[in-house]
Amino acid sequence: MTQPVLSAKNLTKRYGKVTALDQCDFELYPGEILAVIGDNGAGKSTLIKALSGAVPPDEGEVFVEGKQVNFTSPNDGRMAGIETVYQTLAMSPALSITDNMFMGREIRKKGFMGKYLRQLDRKAMEDFARQKLSDLGLMTIQNITQPVETLSGGQRQGVAVARAAAFGSKVIILDEPTAALGVKESRRVLELIQDVKKRGIPIILISHNMPHVFELADRVHIHRLGRRLCVIDPKKYSMSDAVAFMTGAKEPDEVEAA
Amino acid sequence: MSHDDAYEDIVKTRREESFAAFDSRRKGLLHRVHDVLHGNPALVPLIVLLASIVVFGLLLGSRFFSPFALTLILQQVQIVGIVAAAQSLIILTAGIDLSVGAITVISSVVMGQFAFRYGIPPFIAVICGLAFGTLCGALNGLLVSKMKLPPFIVTLGTWQVILASNYLYSRNETIRSQDIEASAPLLQFMGRRFEVAGAVFTLGVVFMILLMLVLAWALKNTAWGRHVYAVGDDAEAAALSGVNVHRTLMSVYMLSGLICGFAGWALIGRLGAVSPTSAYEANIESITAVVIGGISLFGGRGSILGALFGALIVGVFSLGLRLLGADAQWTYFFIGVLIIVAVAVDQWIRKVSA
Repeated sequence: MTQPVLSAKNLTKRYGKVTALDQCDFELYPGEILAVIGDNGAGKSTLIKALSGAVPPDEGEVFVEGKQVNFTSPNDGRMAGIETVYQTLAMSPALSITDNMFMGREIRKKGFMGKYLRQLDRKAMEDFARQKLSDLGLMTIQNITQPVETLSGGQRQGVAVARAAAFGSKVIILDEPTAALGVKESRRVLELIQDVKKRGIPIILISHNMPHVFELADRVHIHRLGRRLCVIDPKKYSMSDAVAFMTGAKEPDEVEAA
Repeated sequence: MSHDDAYEDIVKTRREESFAAFDSRRKGLLHRVHDVLHGNPALVPLIVLLASIVVFGLLLGSRFFSPFALTLILQQVQIVGIVAAAQSLIILTAGIDLSVGAITVISSVVMGQFAFRYGIPPFIAVICGLAFGTLCGALNGLLVSKMKLPPFIVTLGTWQVILASNYLYSRNETIRSQDIEASAPLLQFMGRRFEVAGAVFTLGVVFMILLMLVLAWALKNTAWGRHVYAVGDDAEAAALSGVNVHRTLMSVYMLSGLICGFAGWALIGRLGAVSPTSAYEANIESITAVVIGGISLFGGRGSILGALFGALIVGVFSLGLRLLGADAQWTYFFIGVLIIVAVAVDQWIRKVSA
């Protein structure tokens, strides 16, 4: 079997008395869209935060392409090529599209101004941002310097996905990308996700929207009570089966249980 | 619910391509004014400043509209202006600093007492004063960033602590201007004046303007500046996008402490003497300048040049009204009105859907 791009063993994370992750395993294979579903409070968000470095796990190991890594901040994850689009999008509304895309990894000018006065190379950043947005077909944007707060929900999501796609070389994690969007905007974002997949970057998709999950995912990781209950093939199971598994109404067959 | 129940099919095939069209449809005048103000938050205070200069100039003629009177305003606002630069940085990170005035005074007292009580060379004494200001800022920064206490409470506390330490340490003694002039003239360095065609400048004024320009440049053109705005806008989002929030906050609080140290040095230049009872109201005055300057108290929005304009507006009003022979209370009256108007304008600008 091929080596997973991103995997984890026995991840555990406790918040006081609450165990959010209970010896959870995880695998993501090259080129796939893996959906992670689970009821509220099952620990999905904690799982992806542990994988991306935003929340260091108490126990367990994370591997990137088979090599063990030890992320202590979101920046560590980003350095390893793992980009996350958070449900809140993690953008500064008052700052421009470019500023947001490059937040935390700004490009400095070459020569004296950049080296000693640390001046940013605004033009290079704007060109890059424009390029990345048009790669994803988001380019009817004329004003790359407009503040993010002037964009619609779908546009913001588009910018966030473009940011992740621009820098995420190994894995892109999307947390509820369609939860706050209307039907049409969701559709556009789903197409975006497929565009990103076509570039060969594997995607972890967290979603509550079963039709979206079953439309996009190659495999579905069902999370329950802080651990992986099973991984199912969306072509072999129905949405109601998935919902039954994740709510505990039905137990998965032993064969499928991971 | 079966897999075939594809209720969203309709939008897959039939939809208008309006999703990511960042079109700029034709906008009304008000809308365009709103857009311009949104992009240039220092524009409102600049217009108010110029308008008030014109109005007082028309009312008072050459008594007000002369190089001498206009540069007198600069000299009168230099301390508040420098402190307002420090205050702006803090407020941009969605904080507030009530201790800036106290840090300013204690820095000047440290400079004076180090030079006179311990006989340390004035140059070293000044550096010690600046370092002490930075240290006070670092204390605020640690309490805000590491202990996660609200900035208002932290600086309400350090304001009292620093001001009391200032009185205790200085034994409430003033160091006289003649003594400083005789043995440590470097302490009065910021008070040196020079004339250009009737306009009188001091080094403190030059420092204030240069400081504002340098900070405005750095906030706009460096990663640090962008991080300051991002932290003030939404600290959590900034952290998730890879900004080191703790380091950014510490740098801001320490830098503002250092700037207050410079304000303390300028204070000696302005007064000639070192007085532990001066500049203690600089905290409220600097917040006033920042608010009138259009910097949002909620953080992340505004331009530091606005704070300079804000300080100058206060200066123009107080000199203008004094020359008109009005009761000094009218100054406070109008400043109060301006504060409320400024916050109302800020709220309007924040409404992006206008």
